[in-house]
Amino acid sequence: MTELILSRLQFAVITSYHFMFVPLTLGLGVLVAMMETWYVKTGNEIYKKMTKFWGKLFLINFAMGVVTGIVQEFQFGMNWSEYSRFVGDIFGAPLAIEALVAFFLESTFLGLWVFGWDKLSKKVHLITIWIVAISSNISAFFILVANSFMQEPVGYILRNGRAEMTDFLAVITNPHVIYQFPHTVLSGFVTAGFFVMGVSAYHILKKNHLDVFRRSFHIAVVFGLISTLGVAGVGHLQGMHLVKSQPMKMAAAEAHWETENPAGLSLYASIDEQGKKNNFEIQIPSMLSFLSYNSFTGEVKGIHELQNTAVQEYGPGNYVPPVASLFWSFRIMLTAGMWLVLMAMLGLYFYKTKAYEKKALFLKLLLWTIPVPYIANIAGWFLAEVGRQPWIVYGLQRVEHGVSTSVSMLSMLIAFVGFMLVYIALAVADVYLMVKFIKKGPEVANKDEHLNSEVKGASLWT
Amino acid sequence: MDLNILWFILITVLFAGFFFLEGFDFGVGILLPFLGKNDQERRVIINTIGPHWDGNEVWLITAGGAMFAAFPNWYSTLFSGFFLALFLVLVSLIIRGVAFEFRSSDSSPLWRSTWDWMIFTGSFLSALLWGVAMTNLVKGVPIDAKMQYVGTFFDLLSPYAIVGGLTTLLVFMFHGALFLSLKTTGEMAKRASKAAQSIALVAIPIVIVLAILTYLQTDIFASLGAGITLVSSGVALILAFFLIRSHKVGWAFIMNGLTILLFTLSLFWGLFPRVIVSSLDMKWSLTIYNASSSPYTLKIMTIIALVMVPIVLLYQGWTYWVFRNRVTEKNLHY
Repeated sequence: MTELILSRLQFAVITSYHFMFVPLTLGLGVLVAMMETWYVKTGNEIYKKMTKFWGKLFLINFAMGVVTGIVQEFQFGMNWSEYSRFVGDIFGAPLAIEALVAFFLESTFLGLWVFGWDKLSKKVHLITIWIVAISSNISAFFILVANSFMQEPVGYILRNGRAEMTDFLAVITNPHVIYQFPHTVLSGFVTAGFFVMGVSAYHILKKNHLDVFRRSFHIAVVFGLISTLGVAGVGHLQGMHLVKSQPMKMAAAEAHWETENPAGLSLYASIDEQGKKNNFEIQIPSMLSFLSYNSFTGEVKGIHELQNTAVQEYGPGNYVPPVASLFWSFRIMLTAGMWLVLMAMLGLYFYKTKAYEKKALFLKLLLWTIPVPYIANIAGWFLAEVGRQPWIVYGLQRVEHGVSTSVSMLSMLIAFVGFMLVYIALAVADVYLMVKFIKKGPEVANKDEHLNSEVKGASLWT
Repeated sequence: MDLNILWFILITVLFAGFFFLEGFDFGVGILLPFLGKNDQERRVIINTIGPHWDGNEVWLITAGGAMFAAFPNWYSTLFSGFFLALFLVLVSLIIRGVAFEFRSSDSSPLWRSTWDWMIFTGSFLSALLWGVAMTNLVKGVPIDAKMQYVGTFFDLLSPYAIVGGLTTLLVFMFHGALFLSLKTTGEMAKRASKAAQSIALVAIPIVIVLAILTYLQTDIFASLGAGITLVSSGVALILAFFLIRSHKVGWAFIMNGLTILLFTLSLFWGLFPRVIVSSLDMKWSLTIYNASSSPYTLKIMTIIALVMVPIVLLYQGWTYWVFRNRVTEKNLHY
């Protein structure tokens, strides 16, 4: 193993791990804020119970997102210092803005929300959770602006041996982020929608707190369905954009070796990566042209031609990312997405016909569907990041030129193993707590309510 | 004044703010197992910083982001050079962060004491390592002509840096004890105040040693301003000790806060216009000019920072106002 491989492995694990928590935060924050809105509007205590129950799960998940996010920000400098020097002039800005604009809001107002139930008026308390929900989504925007620069560099000039920003507006309105942001945020909403649906289904099956979980189910199924359809729609537009901006990524994700017009979509392919061909494939004719251009004709460039173009442009080298893993991660994401659309539609239908409480199998399926959005999320990021290979910044810097040169293999190994051990332990604790609070239902989350008694506190200065 | 200087000042402010704010919650975390005799008391202690620690930590995240945006070479050289030290800081921050959230979520004594020790360990290591890191920046570390760190982890553990680490550790503990004394009532407030006095008695000589070593081993005193601030920081610490002895807790807290702010200021002032001193050759040091972003990026970031920082200060200040009351066992609702 080399420093490069170890750093790549660490980045992949740490970033994927962080992203196990982020999507739920993005969506569940909005859902909890909606529940509390209903509470404030109607004064119905059931909504307060709901808010507190889902809020507790939100907090456990949020804490994991926050602490793993710190590593996220610092690992660019630790393991990828040459990359950081090269793009810092551009890449650092959205990170700093994310902290200044979003993290401060998020963390400060979350503290107010958690500890402020009896210190703030109902309305102000409601505003605090909306600020948390909105600012976490703003933070998603800025980190995706940063990622989009790696995918599709814009608004820069190569000067002084690095990429320097020339147009801030272009950087934050990067065409890539215009698609990536809604796609990512909506997948977060989907994750939360199915999380709430699945947990509600579990309790409805057990006939626990039906007042809380029927309402939760209703909110989640509507929220989940709209978001699922949104992800799919935006995903299609994003795919069309990627065919233009990162044709190699899409060609590899389709295992599309030869340029064709019209091009067929492979549902299944037996990929021979060494021989650079597919031994066997099952195709829908013209479908790839349609997905690329919304038209059944149109030339879709193949991997071979794109490799030749890249050699002419950037010099000799291999510009083909790992085809089979991209092909399959793309298909995992799509299959998961179709499953989620189906489940959300069925869920809404059964809810409207009031049949869902008797459909034990369906409710169980919903419970087992909770992991599906997570799988889709990770597969999607895998496609985005592995599909960028061999580049760390598309067309500008190759991955091997971004890694730190002053860090020894031993140091990297110590950090990698150390992070893994800590992360595994935290995952165990997190899952334990999540499952515990999910199983116990609303009451436990509120068990300390009697301590809420009014206390005349002394002021700080007496 | 050019924007490079402005950003250096802003990063100084961010670190000073981070040490001032997170300083007391590191201190509270370190004192947790010693001042909290039972579970109720430990919850009181944790709740004094409960609503704040996360917001306080964002000061560091913002400082990191600001370094990346304004001085990418500083960010890159420092974080790759101090790799293992930073790894330890990150692990410390991770374990104490989740511990605050997780410890009250289960009532088993083993669960709680495990997380309480995580809070202690995470706070202790962070408090110590920040001092080590800061003093290394001014003392100088082996940086070559290409801005690369060429030393090892153990080069960072010179006696001077260790005294630096002990300084932040003790000053933050003192800060935490004073904060606890302010935010609690009765027996707990008294206990915290007593702890504060004993900690200060150890902290004062250490700070004096640090000041002497700084004079001998760095060029901080070459800058008159930095020298004066460093000495004033020590004086403020001694005053804080006398204030807490006469039970003026609020004033002692302010005075020790001043110690932290002046201490941070003196290190950055002494560093200026360098950002990392090279011990191999002074002209290989990173400065606010050779480490900086382009003028355009600095301009954009300046506009954003000048708008956002006052807003952040306003609402963070407001949360301290909302939670201005002391925490007692009767209002432990979380």
